[in-house]
Amino acid sequence: MKRVAITGAGTVNPLGADVASTFAAMAEGRCAIGPLDVPDRDRLAVQIGAQVQGFCPEDHFDKTQLGLLDRFSQFALLAARQAVAQAGLDLAQLGPRTGVVTGTAGGGLITQDDSYRAVYEERKSRVHPFTVPRLMMNAAASHISMEFGLTGPVFSVATACASSNHAMGLAFQMVRSGAAPVMLAGGAEAMLVFGGIKAWEGLRVMSREACRPFSANRSGMVQGEGAAIFVFEDWDHAKARGAEILAEVTGFAMTSDASDIVVPSAEGARRAMAGALADAGLRPDQVDYINAHGTGTLANDRSECAAIAQVFGDHAGRLMVSSTKSMHGHLIGGTGAVELLACLMALRQGVVAPTVGWQEPDPDCPLDVVPNVARQAQVNVALSNAFAFGGLNAVLALRRA
Amino acid sequence: MSGTVAEKVIAIIAEQAVLDPSDVRMDSTLESLGIDSLGLVESIFAIEEAFDISVPFNANEPEKSGFDISSVGAIVAAAEGLIAAK
Repeated sequence: MKRVAITGAGTVNPLGADVASTFAAMAEGRCAIGPLDVPDRDRLAVQIGAQVQGFCPEDHFDKTQLGLLDRFSQFALLAARQAVAQAGLDLAQLGPRTGVVTGTAGGGLITQDDSYRAVYEERKSRVHPFTVPRLMMNAAASHISMEFGLTGPVFSVATACASSNHAMGLAFQMVRSGAAPVMLAGGAEAMLVFGGIKAWEGLRVMSREACRPFSANRSGMVQGEGAAIFVFEDWDHAKARGAEILAEVTGFAMTSDASDIVVPSAEGARRAMAGALADAGLRPDQVDYINAHGTGTLANDRSECAAIAQVFGDHAGRLMVSSTKSMHGHLIGGTGAVELLACLMALRQGVVAPTVGWQEPDPDCPLDVVPNVARQAQVNVALSNAFAFGGLNAVLALRRA
Repeated sequence: MSGTVAEKVIAIIAEQAVLDPSDVRMDSTLESLGIDSLGLVESIFAIEEAFDISVPFNANEPEKSGFDISSVGAIVAAAEGLIAAK
């Protein structure tokens, strides 16, 4: 069994267009949720979200590339470029054994939305010829593999809101097992488009004002968009080449509730967290910080808090638990990847990102949710939770390098 | 849109090849212009949109598609035929 190091990180998300600006925004508790800028906004009941602002695709891709890239793939490619640049790997030599696993829930949903609009609303008889390669779930993983010449195991994972954590967990297992010395892993999502938001409205779990996880006056979840990609590398390989190690991935577990397609089960979440600890060889009292799934829905918050209480017992009141979705929104299939950045910031910089928008204690969530203001604290061990629709749970454990 | 069919087709192909229209000759082949299979389907899409025609082209059987793509001139002639048949 190999140890697994993170040697590169990259992101484009509503808080920032790279890791440094994202850390800065998280540290200052900045909320990127605001009025949505999408066509037909006036016909939406939910008119807020966390969009990536000031993003100009033409600055990063030529015309030929743009024809093939949905927004989710654009985000993923930019994040991957940053991560690869930071890792400083010789991919010409490693490429044949290096792979990519990306998570996404909607894939090229904007491409689908545009195409439906063209044929249904505008009554056009044809859609762009690259509609299929743009919308497919694996487009981001494939484009990353092509850009860097990575010809090892490359695939995508779609497990709704746990997609990124499943993707990173699988990449972790592959590096740990020796199946690949290096894997790029993370996730991307771009579904802030009329059809995407309309679909979510139907479930009546969306807030119209703010995302307030663990706050008694919570009003639901708010969507975001973006991507984060990491370089997972065999620890000894990273050490041998003198790479800077951002953190160690030490454990991963995934469970299924097998109960309800949307209502989460505390038991499934408990088993996933306990499983990640066991996989990492950690006792519950060694955990300092949990980046919660923390969607800001009543169902999630109560079930997640109950699961944390069961796993950690008395220690639940001592560890820090925050939901950064309050700042960057819920990136659905990309969310676990962006949230892993909050774990990296805690482990590397000793700054725990806050749960902003928190206003009133909820007796069902008696945790230290790091309300509204980031905190300086030494964090040696962090967990990152993701609990998806479909009852699919995926939890990663990380340790300070 | 103004211009002859030939001018518009050449403009589409030139844009796809990232060339100046003056560099696209009627006897140029798409291959010689550096247009690959994806570039071809994108060019056909643009021609369909520009002239509101439906181009009978199947990438699996290019030679049987009834739309001659052997040269820029052939594409212009084929497009003119489809426009005349509208």
